[in-house]
Amino acid sequence: MGRPMGLTDEHLAIRFGFGLPLPRSAPRSPAEIAAALRGRDRAAADWPLTSLAQYSEMIQALQEIKARAKTGANVKAEEDAAQAKIVRLANLGHRTGLARAIDSAEPFRERLITFFADHFTANARGGISGIYMPFALVEEAIRPNIGKTFTAMLKAVTLHPAMLIFLDQQSSIGPNSAMGLRQGKGLNENLARELMELHTLGVDGGYSQDDVRQLAELLTGLTVEADMTTGFEPRRVEPGAETVLGQSYDSDKIGAIGRVLHDLALHPATAAHIARKLAVHFLSDTPDPAVIEAMRAAFIASEGDIPSVVQALLSHPAASAAVAEKLRQPFDFIVAAARGLGVSGQQIQDMEAGLFKRGIMVPMEEMGQRMKYSPGPDGWPEQAEAWVTPPRLAARIDWAMSMPQRLVTELPEPVAFAAFVLGSHASQTLLTAASRAESRRDGVGIVLSSPEFNRR
Amino acid sequence: MDRRQFIKAGLAGACSLAAHPLMSTVTFAASNGTRPLGENRLIVVILRGAMDGLDILRPFGDANLPRYRPKILSGDKGSDLDGFFWLHPAMKDLMPLWSAGQLGFVHAASSPYRDKRSHFAGQDMLEAGSGLDVPDPEVRDGWLNRLLQAVPGITGDTAYSVGIAEMPILKGIAPFAAWAPEQSLDLSAACKILLDQVYESDPLFHAAASQAMELSAHLAEADANGKKPTGPFSDDLALADFTAARLLEDTRIASFSISGWDTHRTQAGAIAKPAERLAQVILRLQQGLGATWGKTLLVAMTEFGRTARENGTGGTDHGTGGAMVLAGGALKGGRVLGDWPGLDEAALFERRDLMPTTDVRAWAGHALRGMYGFEKSLIEQTIFPGLILPRDPGLLL
Repeated sequence: MGRPMGLTDEHLAIRFGFGLPLPRSAPRSPAEIAAALRGRDRAAADWPLTSLAQYSEMIQALQEIKARAKTGANVKAEEDAAQAKIVRLANLGHRTGLARAIDSAEPFRERLITFFADHFTANARGGISGIYMPFALVEEAIRPNIGKTFTAMLKAVTLHPAMLIFLDQQSSIGPNSAMGLRQGKGLNENLARELMELHTLGVDGGYSQDDVRQLAELLTGLTVEADMTTGFEPRRVEPGAETVLGQSYDSDKIGAIGRVLHDLALHPATAAHIARKLAVHFLSDTPDPAVIEAMRAAFIASEGDIPSVVQALLSHPAASAAVAEKLRQPFDFIVAAARGLGVSGQQIQDMEAGLFKRGIMVPMEEMGQRMKYSPGPDGWPEQAEAWVTPPRLAARIDWAMSMPQRLVTELPEPVAFAAFVLGSHASQTLLTAASRAESRRDGVGIVLSSPEFNRR
Repeated sequence: MDRRQFIKAGLAGACSLAAHPLMSTVTFAASNGTRPLGENRLIVVILRGAMDGLDILRPFGDANLPRYRPKILSGDKGSDLDGFFWLHPAMKDLMPLWSAGQLGFVHAASSPYRDKRSHFAGQDMLEAGSGLDVPDPEVRDGWLNRLLQAVPGITGDTAYSVGIAEMPILKGIAPFAAWAPEQSLDLSAACKILLDQVYESDPLFHAAASQAMELSAHLAEADANGKKPTGPFSDDLALADFTAARLLEDTRIASFSISGWDTHRTQAGAIAKPAERLAQVILRLQQGLGATWGKTLLVAMTEFGRTARENGTGGTDHGTGGAMVLAGGALKGGRVLGDWPGLDEAALFERRDLMPTTDVRAWAGHALRGMYGFEKSLIEQTIFPGLILPRDPGLLL
């Protein structure tokens, strides 16, 4: 199976993975990578996560304790224990995300899942009753569809309770529905708008405010039940047919919602939007139009088959361009550092809670990425300028200088470490600086702080 | 063109200031000097977690209050402000400022956010400066950033975001500086030189690292000179010192957060901590700014208020109408502003929360107008889209 000219292990590890070394069994050609995506999700099997149903039971148990508190019962200890259990669950979500990225034999799969988790941002909302929802969305709607079509993923994400809650769908009521007429309530267009603007067509995708409104009317009825499953309530449904992008959706509403999601997923504007976002995320803030076109064409020809689209990305000469333009986001930075230092996923899972918070979660936040709390539904910024600000870069340098010695018993020799984690990307200036450092601590810190290590 | 389109068009214009559709009508009364925004300093503090306005500014003049809050109000009554409102005891150190007319409050104010009572959505709307007709996710920059976009000649440190917490109020295409004084960069001299070499060929890294090293050296120097604050509020005082130092240089607008207001339980003890932090930060800013305090206005706002009645655990839950805290030598203070809606059950919002009677954006809008001479249209259409500025309340001296 051929690799395109120039696409090396270094490209696969640094640009499309979580840094060197590339796992020995990682698929290496674009066709192998695409085929692996269609296969089993081994990282999820190795590090499983709690289901939404189990989380929902924990929340309901907590609510039951709180209800008893209102009757005057002393339940403080019980309530604290139930809350702590849920907080631990969210922490486990963070630890597992890191462990999978560190250990995965298919780093590109994990990167692609991160990409779609960001594309379909659904942040934690509503305190403890929401903290696990973003993990559930990735687990149940994104991971299982990464080797399938964009249509399948879009449907799973849009109908997932995490998205319905995050984009306020459960408060959207048809103004002329039974409930709307009785309670005087109306539409919330949030999900409809983001579906078109962010998730499918893109902001210049040729839809109008009227399309947003019609789509919002079409989505009425979707809601989240008390047990955190997606529900459909006919008394919220706006009566009558809706026209979205010139297409009429007029029969049963649940079926019509499936049809409109299908049509939006396969719209030509969606193909262009997803192709562009992939190129911007993996390659450059100003990507070569030819690579976007290659992915757009693959998207259309394969009817949105995700492995086919990324195969087109990896096969294009732009994928092996020499210049590293993109910046590792804080999560990627920490994973790449951990992998370079030889820290395993198991070590992250076993890390003492205080150290995990002070040494991983808080620094990531200081670097600008409080995981699962991106600034808005449009996810994390792509431009390097958003991440390389004085306080955020200081947080990276501070972590690079202080944390490695807490993660491993013996720090590596800095020059060898630079070559190990950067290969041919290590500049002579960096190798010289690493060799001149006063201590291994400073030397390793300088390597991890370098532009070479922070770009990809 | 719908409102969203309008906002986008406004922002697109701001990218190239010369083509800004509003520029020709905007006058900058205070920016005739060399610096954009002139000499006045504005500090916007976001009180995250929903500050209980009814506890910070206690309306003992309303007979309902003690009945609603037996546990919370069982201790020290606080300081009498005007015979109707009393200041929370944890903020008593601010009373000299009150007497000097450099402290003021707005009661029963809130952003247009209603009903859902979510901290995040409430803060989003507060910092986006949007109204109900523009749902918060649609305005993706902060109102302080839109202000900057409208001012010609701003530089990278005209506005400063201070502290680790991200400040969405400053987010947007206009440049601003950010630093967290608690972010130390403890590097040896040799290590700094090596890093400087490593960054030299990458301008983005080089600029950010140089500024970070400079700022942290500045702070380390303050430490060495014994100026570093110590004691229970040292982080907050360091934040105030850093903010004051920036405002004494080129910075004219600074913003930071004070968190810890989400007092669902045993509020009597829980609210004292953030209240005292806020009071100490204000006093430290006054001290640090010296004569410049006379040209400074601090505006502290929160995402919403809390329930009028205390709950079963001696705390309060998420509500609606809240309070704003104003301070500074530029303020015409010594007054509690706003329209008091009363605490009778029928007067409460949804029979549970203090009824909001004014929009926090209106007060902020008048502050901007008074400080910087902005046109009304700039405030109503660009900075706070959809706001209709009410009559000028005469906030400033």
